[in-house]
Amino acid sequence: MEKKWEEMSSDEKQEVLFQSWVSPEGVEFASPETEKLYKERATRFKDALQLKKLPDRVPVFLIPSFAPAFYSGLTPREVMYDLDKIKPAWKKFYLDFQPDAHGGCAVPAPIKFLEILDFKLYKWPGNGVSPETTYQCIEGEYMKADEYDAFIHDPLYFFYYTWPSRVFGALEPLETLPPLAGLTEMYGVAGPFIPYGTPPVQAAYKAILEAGNEALKWAVVVGSFDKEMPALGFPAYQVGATKAPFDVIGDTLRGTKGIMLDMYRQPDKLIQAMEALTPIYIQLGVGAAKQAGCPLIFMPLHKGADGFLSDEQFKKFYWPTLRKVIMGLVDEGVVPFIWAEGGYNSRLEVIRDLPKGKTAWLFDLTDIVKAKKALSGIACVAGNMPMDLLTVGTPQDARNHAKKLIDTCGKGGGYILANGAFFDEVKWENLKAIVDFVKEYGIYK
Amino acid sequence: MAKDLVITLADLKEKEALGIAQDRLNKGDDPIKILDDARQAMEIVGKRFTSGDYFIPDLIYSGEILKEITDMVKPKIAKAGEVKRLGKVVFGTVAGDIHDIGKDIVIFMLDVNGFEVYDLGVDVPAQKFVEKIKETEAPIVGLSGFLSLAFDSMKQTIEAIKAAGMRDKVKVMIGGGQITEEIKKYTGADAYGKDAMAGVSLAKKWVGAG
Repeated sequence: MEKKWEEMSSDEKQEVLFQSWVSPEGVEFASPETEKLYKERATRFKDALQLKKLPDRVPVFLIPSFAPAFYSGLTPREVMYDLDKIKPAWKKFYLDFQPDAHGGCAVPAPIKFLEILDFKLYKWPGNGVSPETTYQCIEGEYMKADEYDAFIHDPLYFFYYTWPSRVFGALEPLETLPPLAGLTEMYGVAGPFIPYGTPPVQAAYKAILEAGNEALKWAVVVGSFDKEMPALGFPAYQVGATKAPFDVIGDTLRGTKGIMLDMYRQPDKLIQAMEALTPIYIQLGVGAAKQAGCPLIFMPLHKGADGFLSDEQFKKFYWPTLRKVIMGLVDEGVVPFIWAEGGYNSRLEVIRDLPKGKTAWLFDLTDIVKAKKALSGIACVAGNMPMDLLTVGTPQDARNHAKKLIDTCGKGGGYILANGAFFDEVKWENLKAIVDFVKEYGIYK
Repeated sequence: MAKDLVITLADLKEKEALGIAQDRLNKGDDPIKILDDARQAMEIVGKRFTSGDYFIPDLIYSGEILKEITDMVKPKIAKAGEVKRLGKVVFGTVAGDIHDIGKDIVIFMLDVNGFEVYDLGVDVPAQKFVEKIKETEAPIVGLSGFLSLAFDSMKQTIEAIKAAGMRDKVKVMIGGGQITEEIKKYTGADAYGKDAMAGVSLAKKWVGAG
């Protein structure tokens, strides 16, 4: 009799999610060859990630930002505004370069959606930055230093009413809405709804509905791409994302300066706030993995990089709740694919404290050979293609680099070759050189 | 008493440092002397950053405490004293890039170390750099950029300086997350700083002060 999900061990859950990814249901493969290609690629990743056996060769994948747009001669603005342009460009990119997996085509949110809600947290092509360049983040103190108590008390309320009213210009009226807990009996029931009859609040909800329409259009594009790519032989290397609680607060609520000062001025409240976020961010990842039937959930890490925090600050503030989120995901069979942006050279000893074969780490500026050594037998290591190599190097430089990585990090398996930082415009021939080289040289004999 | 402010600020003891500064003001101590002690403390902070004892949060926190002390002290300064400056620097984040946190930290450390910095802000077109260099006759230029598109912007900015006939009058340093020796060569810059204190060292070397 098949075990119920709740009765399974985390190993069993991981295996169920992997099997569902390697042999997905309902995919109409283009041909027997593409089905074989899909299964080979997914199995190659599974073997590299689980650390149980050697894959047939080193897997390789690319994480582009707007590169597929530039590759087709489009600008970031065009693909964020005209959603019909996304799929052909993204498909062409993957079909031309043939990496072992695809990362979806979820370009940043559609511009119409951002305009309707008047999003303040970012500038985007044509709004604050040129149409030919990527979006950029405008950090700010969207949560004030004296609001920790309110946040800790009810983080979901903060995310539902307070935060949106500060980062979406069209949703300012939400900040004044009373909680519906004011409903009492027959006499009080209409009172809390009074604000909803006023023009500003109605305008805000009208904006939400319109934005919802645009989000749905975007979801159709992204969802159909995710359905079509497996049929063409490409498994997805991630089906969702979650974050470290420190970054949730530092990136989008308090800003870099704010959270750094909080470490000195109100350390206990900062820690409590991160604890309050932990179950929310576990559920975010688990939900996405279960829905997609794939264990791979990305976790981009930002503010714990070398230099951004001292060793003590990393151990006291950044790591504990990050580890809790990771373990919460692992317990449910999810494989967190953790993207350590920046350098993690000073963090390698700390992150070794994880169970074997349950996580993967993608490195950017970290010494990848040191990282592979440190995490050998613990986690799968992925990385890295330096930005200067991709933009100003030659194809031979690129091949030499890939060879070095395979010779040093590929040994013993548990290694994936990928770029460690988003790229927009690079020398395309360098990308091709790397991917092709891995396929001929990266075979495990 | 003077030593206490230097030590407490260098050790990032915010309440104590502010308390000492306030006490000294109340006692009628020379406000310029208080600021000098604060700057001495910042030199220690800079040294600790270079030696790997302090990190970015410590720089930011020290900057906050310094700002609070400066706000407290400035109204008491009778006349603007001439602060000796090591040299002028024109600084900005290059065209197309709006990242400013790194830039602000470097500018802050340059300022605290005696340089007069002209902060052009973010997304600065090449011509604006050229105009400011002409106007101030600054011998040092700092270009900050975090995105990979910044590589070309930096190259174009340096080319614009060359086209204006000023390339041999300035030394250019670049910096930002993805900058390497290869990128420095590509852009035509004189040097790159891998962090704020490296930038300060470069600037001091170029004015013959370090």
